[in-house]
Amino acid sequence: MKEYLDLLGLPFMQKAIIAAVFTGLAAPAVGTYLVQRRQALMGDGIGHVAVTGVALGLLTGTSPTWTAVIVAVLGAIVIEVIRERGHTNGDVALALLFYGGLAGGVLLTGLAGQSGAYLQRYLFGSITTLSVTDLWATMVLAAVVVLVCVGLSPQLFAVAQDQEFARVAGLNIRYYNLMVAVLAALSVTIAMRTVGLLLVSALMVVPVATSQQVTRSFRTTLGAAMVLGTFASVGGLLLSAYASFHARVAPGPTIVLLALAGFVAAWPVGLWLRSRRRLRQPFPVVEAAVHDTIEEHPHEHGDDCGHVAVPHGDHVDYVHGGHRHAVHGQHYDEH
Amino acid sequence: MSTPVIDLQNGAVAIAGRPILRGIDLSVGSGEFVALMGANGSGKSTLVRALTGLLPLATGTLTLFGTPFGDFHDWQRVGFVPQRGGAGSGVPASVWEVVASGRLPRRRLLRPLGRQDRAAIADALDVVGLAHRARDGVTALSGGQQQRVLIARALAGEPELFFLDEPTAGVDLPNQQVLADTLETLSQRGSTIVLVAHELGPMAPLIDRAVVMRDGRIAYDGPPLASDQVATAHLDLHDHGHHHHPEPPHHDHAPHVSSPLEGGR
Repeated sequence: MKEYLDLLGLPFMQKAIIAAVFTGLAAPAVGTYLVQRRQALMGDGIGHVAVTGVALGLLTGTSPTWTAVIVAVLGAIVIEVIRERGHTNGDVALALLFYGGLAGGVLLTGLAGQSGAYLQRYLFGSITTLSVTDLWATMVLAAVVVLVCVGLSPQLFAVAQDQEFARVAGLNIRYYNLMVAVLAALSVTIAMRTVGLLLVSALMVVPVATSQQVTRSFRTTLGAAMVLGTFASVGGLLLSAYASFHARVAPGPTIVLLALAGFVAAWPVGLWLRSRRRLRQPFPVVEAAVHDTIEEHPHEHGDDCGHVAVPHGDHVDYVHGGHRHAVHGQHYDEH
Repeated sequence: MSTPVIDLQNGAVAIAGRPILRGIDLSVGSGEFVALMGANGSGKSTLVRALTGLLPLATGTLTLFGTPFGDFHDWQRVGFVPQRGGAGSGVPASVWEVVASGRLPRRRLLRPLGRQDRAAIADALDVVGLAHRARDGVTALSGGQQQRVLIARALAGEPELFFLDEPTAGVDLPNQQVLADTLETLSQRGSTIVLVAHELGPMAPLIDRAVVMRDGRIAYDGPPLASDQVATAHLDLHDHGHHHHPEPPHHDHAPHVSSPLEGGR
C-alpha cells in the first residue's frame, strides 16, 4: 500500500490524475449532445481522422497534439457538411473519411520513419507520459469544452432536440451544428492522450448511456454523465496504477472497461425503473365502464398489500393477478 | 384594413429543382384562424414550411408582420409546431425542459431563466393540461400528449402567430378535443393561427377560413367547408365562378429566374 501511495505522489502520476479529471468532465459533456442527435459514433469517426493529424505532426516535426486538433476540427466540419447535405449515402461518405484518416495516418507514420509503436501511444492512450505543455493544453481545451457545453446548453439542447423548431425560433442552426462538431473534435484530441483515438468514443458515449438508464431529464443526464465520466477516468487510472505492481495494465483500456462496467451495473436498474414506471401509469378514465363486483376477497387491499397501486381517476386500482380491483364500499369492483 | 400578419404574393417553391408550389397568393389578417387543407402531397405542409422560412421561395415576396422576410428577425412573434412523430430524442428530456426550449427566442445568451420565463412555461403547461406531468420524461407520454407538449413549447414563447403542422395526425379523439380547446383559448386571446390539417374533427367550429391546396396550388379560399366538400372544392370554384385568385397568365411559361440551371436537367 505504501508503494502505491508513493507512486501516486510522483509528478507523472499527478499530471495524469489532473488530465483524467479534465478529460472525464469534457468528453461526456459533448457526448451527451452527440447521443441526443443520434450521432453516437461521430467521436469514433473524428478519432480515426485525427490519426492522420498525429502522423502529420510526426512527419513535420511539430507537436502532434496541435496537428491533431487542426485535422480533427477539419474532419469534423467535413463530416457535419456531409450530414447537413443529407445524401442518402451519407454514412458511406463518412466511412470513406474514417478509413481514409486511419490509413493516411499509418502511411504517414511510416514515411516519418516511426514504427507503429509510437502511433500506438495515440491509438490507445498514454496518459502517464504527458508533458507539462500537454497537460496545459488538455486543461485549457477541456475547460473551453465544458464551459460551452454547459453555458450554451439551452441553445444546444433545442437544436439537437428539434432542428426545425430551433430554426423557426430564430437560432442559426448551422452555426450551432458546426459548434458541436468542433467541440467533439476538441474533446477527441483531449481524450486522445487519456484513452487513445480508437477508444475516445467510449468515454464520450458510455457515461451518457449509463446515466440515461436512471434519469428522466436532460440536465440530470448531462450532469450525471460528467460525474460518471470523471469517476471512470480517474478510477480507471488509479486502478491500473494499483494493478501495475502485479501485471502490465494500460490505463486507457482500464478506463473504458470501468465505464462499461458502470453501464452493465446501471442497465438492470434502468430496466427495473422503466417497467415499474409503466406499471404505475394511471389508467385512463373512461365513463360508464362495464364492471363486475367481487364480494369475497381473501384480504384488504392497501398501501402494504404487495399489489401494484395504480391511480385511476378519483380512486386507486390494485393490480391483482391480471385484474384491476377498486375498493367500492364493502366490496371490490373489477375495473 | 390593418397590415396582414402573413402576406405571400405569387409564391413558388421548388425542391431540388422540381417545382412544388406555384402561384400562391395568401394573405392572413391579424386574429384569423385559417385551416390549410388538402390531400396528401397537395403541398399544404410545404406551404407552411415556406411561410416559416424552412424552405426558400423560388419566386414571390413574403412579408411577416409587414416586414419583408429577409429583414424579419422578430422570431418571438412566431410559434411553430412541426409535424412530428413524437417529442423525444436520443437522450431523456423532461416535459418541462422541452417546453422551456420554447422560451429561447426571448432569452439572451448565457442568461438564466427569469421569473417571467418560468411563469410563461408554467402557463403554457397549464393551457395544454400537462402541468402535473412537467417532471416526467417526455417519451413516457402518449402520442397525443407529446403533441400537446410541442404545442406548449410554441406557446411558451408567447407568440402572436402560430403555425401548426398536422397537430392531430394519429391523435385519439379525447386528445384532439384537448388540442381544440387549447386552440380555442389561443384564438380567444387574439392569436393568429395557421393550421395544417387533413381532417378538422373537433376543431371544425373554430375555423374562420379554409384554404384548400391541390397539386401545389390554392384550389379554394373562403368560408369553412364540411370535410366532404374539401375533395371537390376545386370543382365548386369553377362551377360557381367565385375564383378568388386568378392564375397569372404569364406564370406557366415564364422561365424561373432564380434557378437558371433547371432547364438543363
